[in-house]
Amino acid sequence: MDKRTTEREAVSEIRDGMTIGIGGWGSRRKPMSIVREILRSSVKDLTVVTYGGPDVGLLCNAGKIKRLIYGFVSLDSIPLEPHFRKARQTGSIDAAELDEGMLQWGLLAASHHLPFLPTRAGLGSDVLSINPDIRLVRSPYEDGEKLVAMPALELDIAFIHMNRGDARGNGQYLGPDPYFDEMFCRAAKQSFMTVEKILKTEDMASAGPLQSRIINRTMVDGVIEAPGGAHFTECPPDYGRDEVFQKSYAATAKDEEAWLRFKAEYLDLENEAEYQAKVRLR
Amino acid sequence: MSEVTREGPETASRGEICAVAAAEAFRGDGEILASCFGIAPAIGARLAKATFEEDLLMTDGVCTVVDVPNPVSGPGHDLVVEAWLPFRAIFDHLWNGKRHVIMAASQIDRFGNQNFACIGEHAQPKAQLLGMRGAPGNTISHKTSYWVPNQTQKVFVEAVDVVSGVGNDRAAQLPATTTRGHCLGRVISNLAVYDFETPDGAMQLISLHPGVGLEEVIDNTGFPLIVPDEANIAQTRLPTAEELRLIRETIDPEGFLAREVAN
Repeated sequence: MDKRTTEREAVSEIRDGMTIGIGGWGSRRKPMSIVREILRSSVKDLTVVTYGGPDVGLLCNAGKIKRLIYGFVSLDSIPLEPHFRKARQTGSIDAAELDEGMLQWGLLAASHHLPFLPTRAGLGSDVLSINPDIRLVRSPYEDGEKLVAMPALELDIAFIHMNRGDARGNGQYLGPDPYFDEMFCRAAKQSFMTVEKILKTEDMASAGPLQSRIINRTMVDGVIEAPGGAHFTECPPDYGRDEVFQKSYAATAKDEEAWLRFKAEYLDLENEAEYQAKVRLR
Repeated sequence: MSEVTREGPETASRGEICAVAAAEAFRGDGEILASCFGIAPAIGARLAKATFEEDLLMTDGVCTVVDVPNPVSGPGHDLVVEAWLPFRAIFDHLWNGKRHVIMAASQIDRFGNQNFACIGEHAQPKAQLLGMRGAPGNTISHKTSYWVPNQTQKVFVEAVDVVSGVGNDRAAQLPATTTRGHCLGRVISNLAVYDFETPDGAMQLISLHPGVGLEEVIDNTGFPLIVPDEANIAQTRLPTAEELRLIRETIDPEGFLAREVAN
């Protein structure tokens, strides 16, 4: 089956109020071409589950997020995400802030179709008081220990970005860390994968080791070839983070005029191809 | 001769004293993963590994364990990778317990409850900071120390706004099986070193950095601090000549430490 599609088609699957998951980590290998397409759409009231980076900042700024489920939001080389901070400090989003490991546990529970997975992470901290919907469970064994029952984080749609993929939806990461991308896909009813380059399946073996082939085609409903699709986050070995661009993005949070200029220049565009052309022209 | 004078312990900056105090926090840890927030702790872990805790594991800051970590400043060297430790494996590793992290604290109280999530009400904070990150899971699973580069009453507070890292009073309310990994090590600030080795697990002063008086510490502490023996307060130890050489030539050749801790 040929699953090749476009950002526009993929984003058109999102309905108002849906829960979407975004792969990557901080400002690393984020499906940014999808995020940019969401900004162009009219979709709203999203619940977003992610190890947050500029994806969260941009979606917050555009008023797309109703509820955010996250462990942190960071630009890595810039520790705090300024647009996300602004959203939090003006109370414009509902924040379900978790321990980073709890987020993994919720994705894993959803990908196994379990109602929850137990963990000690969260006990004694305010994670439980700020997330009153998270309950405890008692071990059924002799120890009888009360543990956090981290509920499954079921997603309507997941979006991930990989270095390579084939037209059928097999995906390959070539960087140092897989993050949690396959868990996002399995936790979702529907998943879309952007890739730097679509290869013939038989050519993927020479692109990287067997262990890099973490996404199989049962996890993916649509594949989009998106060279530079993770920009301005990093996507090694294809490219590093565009620190200059990220810095100018972050600076716009403090200055409304600068933000409007940034938005006009890089976001109020017809499509991803225009964005990539603008970025190349800098 | 001039070499010796240049490396003499009396030339140690406040930052270098803090870095050595951070190294001391890892003493006795053995073969565990040492993780750090901040420059002084990152130098401290490298120092400890290079001197008295050679079995410590450290990462490249991305996803591998390396035998000799890169300097905190200056040019790196070719790293020899010992193991792969991506984020998913980090969570497995830390929940397993073989780790000691020195975390930052935007606020910390006398029982070591720590906050770096946000300032103010969590629902709509005055200042959103890092978020919970891994603090709840870290503190319940393995040894945790804290680094405060600028100790004031705004950091050493009576009560933190949000508990991200679990303190001793909260841990005491949980069953022993739950807190089997919970262990607060030290708090190192720009002024002094503290631990929690008291009957109720409250913070106590263990040493003042050279040049710091008790009054300055108390003035910058927003809770009643335990001072075990006021007449005989220890001084934080000075770096050895070898430690200073390691810091200045190998670990922090470009002097990033001075940006974090004023002299």
